[in-house]
Amino acid sequence: MARSRAKNVLPGFGLTLGFTLLYLSLIVLIPLAALLLKSTSLTWGQFWGVVSNPRVLAAYRLSFGAALGAALVNALFGLLLAWVLVRYSFPGRRLIDALVDLPFALPTAVAGITLTALFAKTGWLGAPLHALGIDVAYTPLGVMIALTFIGLPFVVRTVQPVLEDLAAEREEAAAMLGASRWQTLRGIVLPELAPALVTGFALAFARATGEYGSIVFISGNMPMKTEIAPLVIITKLEQYDYAGATAVAVVMLAISFTLLLVINLLQGWSGRRHGEA
Amino acid sequence: MHVVNISRQSASRQLRQATTEPAAVRWLLVAVALAFVGVFLVLPLVAVAAQALKAGLGAFGAAILDPDTLAAVRLTLLTAAIAVPLNVVFGVAAAWAIARFEFTGRSLLITLIDLPFAVSPVIAGLIYVLLFGMQGWLGPWLADHDVAIIFAVPGIVLATIFVTFPFVARELIPLMRAQGPEEEQASVVLGASGWQTFRYVTLPNVKWGLLYGVIILNARAMGEFGAVSVVSGHIRGLTNTIPLHVEILYNEYQTTAAFAVASILTLLGLVTLVAKTIADRKRAQSLVPLAALAEDPAHSAPPHLDLAGHALQARSAGAALGTPAQEAWA
Repeated sequence: MARSRAKNVLPGFGLTLGFTLLYLSLIVLIPLAALLLKSTSLTWGQFWGVVSNPRVLAAYRLSFGAALGAALVNALFGLLLAWVLVRYSFPGRRLIDALVDLPFALPTAVAGITLTALFAKTGWLGAPLHALGIDVAYTPLGVMIALTFIGLPFVVRTVQPVLEDLAAEREEAAAMLGASRWQTLRGIVLPELAPALVTGFALAFARATGEYGSIVFISGNMPMKTEIAPLVIITKLEQYDYAGATAVAVVMLAISFTLLLVINLLQGWSGRRHGEA
Repeated sequence: MHVVNISRQSASRQLRQATTEPAAVRWLLVAVALAFVGVFLVLPLVAVAAQALKAGLGAFGAAILDPDTLAAVRLTLLTAAIAVPLNVVFGVAAAWAIARFEFTGRSLLITLIDLPFAVSPVIAGLIYVLLFGMQGWLGPWLADHDVAIIFAVPGIVLATIFVTFPFVARELIPLMRAQGPEEEQASVVLGASGWQTFRYVTLPNVKWGLLYGVIILNARAMGEFGAVSVVSGHIRGLTNTIPLHVEILYNEYQTTAAFAVASILTLLGLVTLVAKTIADRKRAQSLVPLAALAEDPAHSAPPHLDLAGHALQARSAGAALGTPAQEAWA
């Protein structure tokens, strides 16, 4: 009570909150409400007809499937990268640490054309892979590669601080009590990292599900095969099928918002675990 | 004594062995991590430069100085010049209201500010088409009054504002919480106006966090593709931003030109990385006011008790409050 009264000494509450609400409503809430309102212009049957269309279903499967695959790859390599950056010292460590954020800083269109050039049949990586019988560009695998790039920083940046704060005493105690290094890692370190790891995975997954810019170049955009859900929305818009685009978008939004809720819950879990340690 | 020494040494060696991995495993893990970074982060950077300069410096220069490219650069700069300041003002206002006052619905407000991060960029573009497009609710009225938003610059600016909406607020709210309101309260009690308090107390305290937010906000604003693509209409020289211009060139098989223009954005990305790394380091320091004071030779005198208490309070408050996202569901 004393605390909240003390806070009232500061001026500007009405002004800043009022501006915040006004700006939030104009830019985010009213336009999003317009989307939901538009979707009600369809009957339930029409809505279902749009979103259960085989081409749309294939696009959802690719968007969410490739996002899941990429997030799993990122969970594995992100954990490894965080571990190596925190625990070991090797030449170029700080440079690599800074470079991890590149996917946040590099525009997605640039990532898209560059990865396509690298993984095309004539590309630096695509040519040897093609010789092995693996085609990446213009296949679902290419979509996954692009999404792996986009989501790369998330797991590293959520696991890294937890790993840095991890006290060495518990690992030492486990070792003194006769645990092998592998037992210590599995029994002591991994449980500590788990909440951050899962949070990073969920963030990478959520970011990848809506991604568009990097994928349109590498996927080839073949309906039923390499067409992602955001592209279906754009195709429908170009055909002036606004209601159809809205229906596809509403399903994506519903899934994204569910993911946002899950991530918030996970971060609460992660924060509590981290606080206890 | 001698025996004890030896056994102590061997014990500490055993402990070291038991709390890290064998050298072979360490090198293997580092090698795998470096290979992953090499393929996904280093090789793309090299590829952009190689592709851009494939046809020589002349072709590179011609692609950059092409009038359509310059028009795209101008539009991107204009968009960022409008979107960045607006979102900074919003972020500062939201952080002041949320980090300095208690009110019902605060957690909900934080979640709502986060919403644009969960929305696909394409959907961000779509919502403005539904509002302002020719078939949208306000479309006919706007057309009657000769106002163009969709397939014009205002739509591009709006879509950019949407996708970069949370950056500054997200950055400032946890920072201002962790720092606590005590300094601002003292300033107001001593007779400073709200604006003076903000200008001379809050701003210096949050400047590195604010700068960090502005850097990533600007990078995203200049590089946004999906949302802008939906509302732009791709009119060359008029509504093409740099990323959209890259797409057009690429789709017309002008690969070298596409990569030349993309190299501008890559350079922007690298500058962003460097600036971000510096701001991040300074920001980390601003979270620990006492440590910063102790390092500063001008304040080498032992810290006052209240200062120590204040610093302690600020840090524990930060630890207890955690991130806004987790508080929303606590």
